[in-house]
Amino acid sequence: MPTKIEKDDVTGQMTTGHEWDGLQELNRPLPKWWVYVFMACVAWSMVYFVLYPSFPGITGYFHGVIGYYQRDAVDADVAAIAQQRAGAMDRIKALSFADIRKDPQLLAVAQTAGRITFAENCQPCHGAGGGGNLGFPALAAGNWLWGGKLEDIQQTVTFGIRSGLDDARNSQMPRFGADAILKPAEIQAVADYAASLFDLPSTGTNLAEGKRVFAENCAVCHGDAGQGNREVGAPKLAAKTHLHGDDRAAILAQLNNPRMGVMPNWNARLDAAKIKSVALYVHSLGGGE
Amino acid sequence: MRGIRAGDAAIGLLVATLGLIGLIQAAGATDDEIYVFGLSLLTFAVVFDFGLLKRHFDTVGQWPEDGYNETIVKKFLIAAVFWAVVAFLMGVVLAAQLSWPALNLGISFTNFGRLRPVHTSAAIFAFGGSALFSTSFYVVQRTCRARLFGGETLANFIFWGYQFFIVMAALSYVMGFSQGQEYAEPEWHLDLFLTLIWVLYALVFIGTVVKRQEPHIYVANWFYMGFILTIAVLHIGNNIAMPVSFFTAKSYNIASGVQNAMIQWWYGHNAVGFFLTAGFLGMMYYFIPKAAGRPIYSYRLSIVHFWSLIFMYIWAGPHHLHYTALPDWTQNLGMAFSVMLWMPSWGGMINGLMTLSGAWDKLRTDPGLRFSVTAVGFYGMSTFEGPVMSIRPVNALSHYTDWGIGHVHSGTLGWVAFISFGAIYYLVPALWKRTGLYSVRLASWHYWIATLGIVLYITSMWVAGIMQGLMWRAYDAFGFLQYSFAESVSAVHPFYVIRLTGGVCFLIGALIMVYNLIRTARGTATETTVGFVPVPAGE
Repeated sequence: MPTKIEKDDVTGQMTTGHEWDGLQELNRPLPKWWVYVFMACVAWSMVYFVLYPSFPGITGYFHGVIGYYQRDAVDADVAAIAQQRAGAMDRIKALSFADIRKDPQLLAVAQTAGRITFAENCQPCHGAGGGGNLGFPALAAGNWLWGGKLEDIQQTVTFGIRSGLDDARNSQMPRFGADAILKPAEIQAVADYAASLFDLPSTGTNLAEGKRVFAENCAVCHGDAGQGNREVGAPKLAAKTHLHGDDRAAILAQLNNPRMGVMPNWNARLDAAKIKSVALYVHSLGGGE
Repeated sequence: MRGIRAGDAAIGLLVATLGLIGLIQAAGATDDEIYVFGLSLLTFAVVFDFGLLKRHFDTVGQWPEDGYNETIVKKFLIAAVFWAVVAFLMGVVLAAQLSWPALNLGISFTNFGRLRPVHTSAAIFAFGGSALFSTSFYVVQRTCRARLFGGETLANFIFWGYQFFIVMAALSYVMGFSQGQEYAEPEWHLDLFLTLIWVLYALVFIGTVVKRQEPHIYVANWFYMGFILTIAVLHIGNNIAMPVSFFTAKSYNIASGVQNAMIQWWYGHNAVGFFLTAGFLGMMYYFIPKAAGRPIYSYRLSIVHFWSLIFMYIWAGPHHLHYTALPDWTQNLGMAFSVMLWMPSWGGMINGLMTLSGAWDKLRTDPGLRFSVTAVGFYGMSTFEGPVMSIRPVNALSHYTDWGIGHVHSGTLGWVAFISFGAIYYLVPALWKRTGLYSVRLASWHYWIATLGIVLYITSMWVAGIMQGLMWRAYDAFGFLQYSFAESVSAVHPFYVIRLTGGVCFLIGALIMVYNLIRTARGTATETTVGFVPVPAGE
């Protein structure tokens, strides 16, 4: 293809003389500002490379003139925050709940720490404000499994429930159906009786039989009138809302092969002062005793 | 001459071999995915080879093929438009799921985690990829004055093979199979299949450039070649993995931990750099000067910004891993190269916008050109935003927030999709030999609705992202976090709904385009040789 350099009438620039499918190019120099900004970016980067860690070596890397190291930077940030919290959190750790509550300023810190600790760690299961979810107890309702005093809550949060620790809250409901402890007819009867405790419209005809089975098998933990027993974490049955569901199907499922939740031992993740703070916060949600 | 040639028969044999491999895999499959894949591969091979035989008997006596191969350009163009709608629809579904999680429907197949890669792959590889195949095959033939290298069968195999890959990849995501590497989710067998297709693509493209009848290689072809070659290197480099067995879809990458992350983001960032930037710059360098009827603003700028872009981009990946286990020096190197990348990226914007000098009036009358030029504007914006976000203190605020999502979409919706729309509005009348679009007014509607959609999308994500970043780092007077993560989630909800609205606008715009294009293609042929330059005899 013959080279044909032309002058572009609109811009006054010369073309490069090439043409592809009717397309041409102007032989215009690089825009000055483009070159200068490019060079400035390169210069800035060169300075940055000298100041900061930037290049690999054979056995290590070039650390930069400033000697910045992101681990040190984050450690310093964490230490600064810890320092800011230290005074109040040390006192929360050392003082009893009663003493903390006597000090309004300290209590305010504990409430703040407790609220965010709860929101980050507890809320995903127990819901905002401790409203609870199916399988995860409501904390604001006062319907406690293991006790609603500050010390009870602290104990539960620290060691967890069925977490595998010796100090954890531990209990087990037998698998009345799956292990054939009760006959199918007895399961149906006791489910009817439990439904009556739940205040559900009972479809069963054999409440007397159900009551007998209940008294022999269930009352030892759940109480004669289904009032529950916090010593063994046995839920209150004579209530409107229940941990694993409120209908007859849920009762049958629980009798047959019970679900038993696990709560982690938070002492593996939270320090003692934070656990106390979260106990104070949970206690204040409306169910505290 | 009779029917197909020896080269075509060789492709038929290759495909038959693939079918045999599929049969063996299906027979010994130990998981559902590989079973479905094997049977699909077998079906693909049977149907493809049957079509090849049919073509042989249909075309006896009609060889040699002559003129440009526009059939393949049309096929990929139709695929691009189809996948655009799929990708935008999936985006709308995901945006709705993020706004109202109940829309996950509690079914594993419709779970956000499985549908997200369907959206990203459909947008980048299916829509973007098909648009690149279509335009690159169109541009390379015309600017080289040569028919596509390798014949019709090879081009067809690339087309159907690529579509097969896309469908199988989407199916595997929905079935729960993923390498867990962003934009590189397909497992080993799909990776190998794509590698084959890609190598053949490179062969056809470079072969066409080699047999060109022009003395020089046009700038669009440099960009297309940069894109094709680098994507091959990236795809292979990031997917070196050991399958658990030949009969399972699961594999493990050769690199683990931080090395794996480093290689993944070298890949991921350069998928943006070479697939979504270099490839589409190739598109821009043909369709903008063509539609504007003006010469390229500066030949020298195109050379300097091409080589500087290619050189700078490949280093910038580590900025995706700021403040992680990646060594400091690697992060800093990635960040500095990202800053240096700013002007090389803007070189393309200058050349795209300034080429219009003397032809700005055409923006009023040519909606396709309006799409292209707006695309270059968004390109300039997001290639400035990118270097800013790569600076560590900025990244400390922006990383992991929706700002990143907004940034990506100003690039993909604003740049990639708009530059493709511009090319598509040019190509459909050109390929179907029409004097113009069915309706310029509808194309204008598409333009304004889609632009509104982008603005809603990126502004809502800016606000949401910066708010998230600020909420996550806020401490109260006692030194405790001010907000929990859950609170930041509920705070962005309104912006998620606005983003959804933006996505719906974009989808509606695309549907208007589909209608307009179908009516254009169906219209009465008015001209049979739009811009067609016959290939000289002997070719």
